[in-house]
Amino acid sequence: MSHADDHKGTRRDFLYYATGGAGVVVTGAAVWPLVNQMNPSADVRAMSSIRVDISEIAEGSQLTVKWRGKPVFIRYRSAEDIEFARADALADLPDTNARNANIDAAADAADENRTLDAEGKWLVMMGVCTHLGCVPLGNGAGDYHGWYCPCHGSHYDAAGRIRKGPAPENLPIPIAEFLDETTIKLG
Amino acid sequence: MSGIPHDHYEPKGRFATWLHDRLPVVGLAYDVLMIPTPKNLNWWWIWGIVLAFTLVLQIVTGIILAMHYTPHVDLAFASVEHIMRDVNGGHMLRYLHANGASLFFVAVYIHIFRGLYYGSYKSPREVTWIIGMLIYLAMMATGFLGYVLPWGQMSFWGATVITGLFGAIPFIGPDIQTWLLGGPAVDNAALNRFFSLHYLLPFVIAALVAVHIWAFHTTGNNNPTGVDVRRSSKQDAEKDTLPFWPYFVIKDFFALAVVLLVFFAIVGFMPNYLGHPDNYIEANPLSTPAHIVPEWYFLPFYAILRAFTADVWAVQAASFITGGIVDAKFFGVLAMFGSILVMALTPWLDTSKTRSGSYRPIFKFWFWLLAIDFVVLMWVGAQSTVFPYDWISLIASTYWFAYFLVILPLLGWTEKAKTPPATIEDDFNHHYPEASGSAAE
Repeated sequence: MSHADDHKGTRRDFLYYATGGAGVVVTGAAVWPLVNQMNPSADVRAMSSIRVDISEIAEGSQLTVKWRGKPVFIRYRSAEDIEFARADALADLPDTNARNANIDAAADAADENRTLDAEGKWLVMMGVCTHLGCVPLGNGAGDYHGWYCPCHGSHYDAAGRIRKGPAPENLPIPIAEFLDETTIKLG
Repeated sequence: MSGIPHDHYEPKGRFATWLHDRLPVVGLAYDVLMIPTPKNLNWWWIWGIVLAFTLVLQIVTGIILAMHYTPHVDLAFASVEHIMRDVNGGHMLRYLHANGASLFFVAVYIHIFRGLYYGSYKSPREVTWIIGMLIYLAMMATGFLGYVLPWGQMSFWGATVITGLFGAIPFIGPDIQTWLLGGPAVDNAALNRFFSLHYLLPFVIAALVAVHIWAFHTTGNNNPTGVDVRRSSKQDAEKDTLPFWPYFVIKDFFALAVVLLVFFAIVGFMPNYLGHPDNYIEANPLSTPAHIVPEWYFLPFYAILRAFTADVWAVQAASFITGGIVDAKFFGVLAMFGSILVMALTPWLDTSKTRSGSYRPIFKFWFWLLAIDFVVLMWVGAQSTVFPYDWISLIASTYWFAYFLVILPLLGWTEKAKTPPATIEDDFNHHYPEASGSAAE
């Protein structure tokens, strides 16, 4: 009699599947810690929030700070910067989302939705190219008076929005707020 | 082991017989070394030995370097300088290891293109070819991980760019990238695990090499004519072949000596020629070098990665069809991995019945164009992304895919191939008429 016809063999079948199932579960339980150990450790996760003193930043210049292992650009924009950033129509932008973690996720990429203050003087954003993670060069670099990524030639404008090159998105704006007039809290 | 009929090991003496009955390890070594090898192999067949030598060189120098290296962000750069300045002969060991990687890739590229020309990937050697492609992937991973370890500017930014490729995968990419790095950016956790994996992978490669050799020892070597060794009898097989030892080992060692002459000239007199000066600046997460370039051996695929920008119609079409899931960034990543995938699929993309390219007049033209294309991609991968380099890289990348996906499948139907010689023996005697008297015995 073949195994498939042996309807009385349910006890053996049960043991067969129970053993197989237990083997799968045990293997999974044993492998998961081996995989999970590669995720960020507690000390890395702990460095999630910092405060930055911005009193020394002159108008028209930029401070770069390291936050969560990556650079953050804090730019005190000049009137000229703001003029450049507000001159172009939204329709010209490859990425029309503000990419601002502090406001509604659907907000458009208007310059007002990018800056930390209403006047548009303070632009705080990750200094990490959205293409492959290089640090763009600042202080009016590139074709759009903003930032230029030297790795693969992405041009960002004076509001950190992508204008030309392989990068898909605007430079993201992290969770940030003014604690007082000279201190910005990141994260 | 099946294969070409030949003499097998017969243990002589009591101890040899005793051991052979318990563990036939001498017999295994004998069969591997004495494998009947087509006697018409030309100089393009020497790179296997060069590769085997280089793997051993890299493992030996690597294990020694690991005795002096410290995988920590604060100490890694200094420990490499310690190797260069303080460790006895350390600069030589490090230069051997760094340039050994370049030798490895020179050899593997010639080895791969030899296979592409002579149809070594075709039935029945598809498995050998696939294993070879896996070895090549493992080599690239090992080379990349190793380049991060000195913790210079190119190490750091190369690691940032390459791990960023995984971040381009839709939906799960950023989580994979964080998992690979052990944090939000390339930092100590990443350096530590890269060291661990850089130490591990060469042994994986060694195991794959054993399987690679096993596979082609089962099918027998290909040869310049692509004609199979006759297996009807041992006598017929012996007319087409010579044992690997000593005939091919000595030939390969001579070639290896010539290759090593050039290699040691580079190691001795221009050890940093193939490196990048920026990697002697310690890694700085806040400053990207003006021009990030990978090691030369990654440049062709780096060029393909960068070629497909958002203004290419194929990228826009892919983005439209997938509803934006495949953007320019992910498209570039897919193209880069795809360029290696199409090469791995060559056994099924090449529809020609004729194995060796020597007898395919039209194939030859396209093959050499591919070889030139590879060099062009390597050159353009080191240029910036402005006109005309963007167009050159796009055209060269497109040809790479066209060769494998369009030209190879169509050529099999349209091309009229010449007739290869009936046997390897005929080919050999045609080239060496003076030797044919003794060779035919």
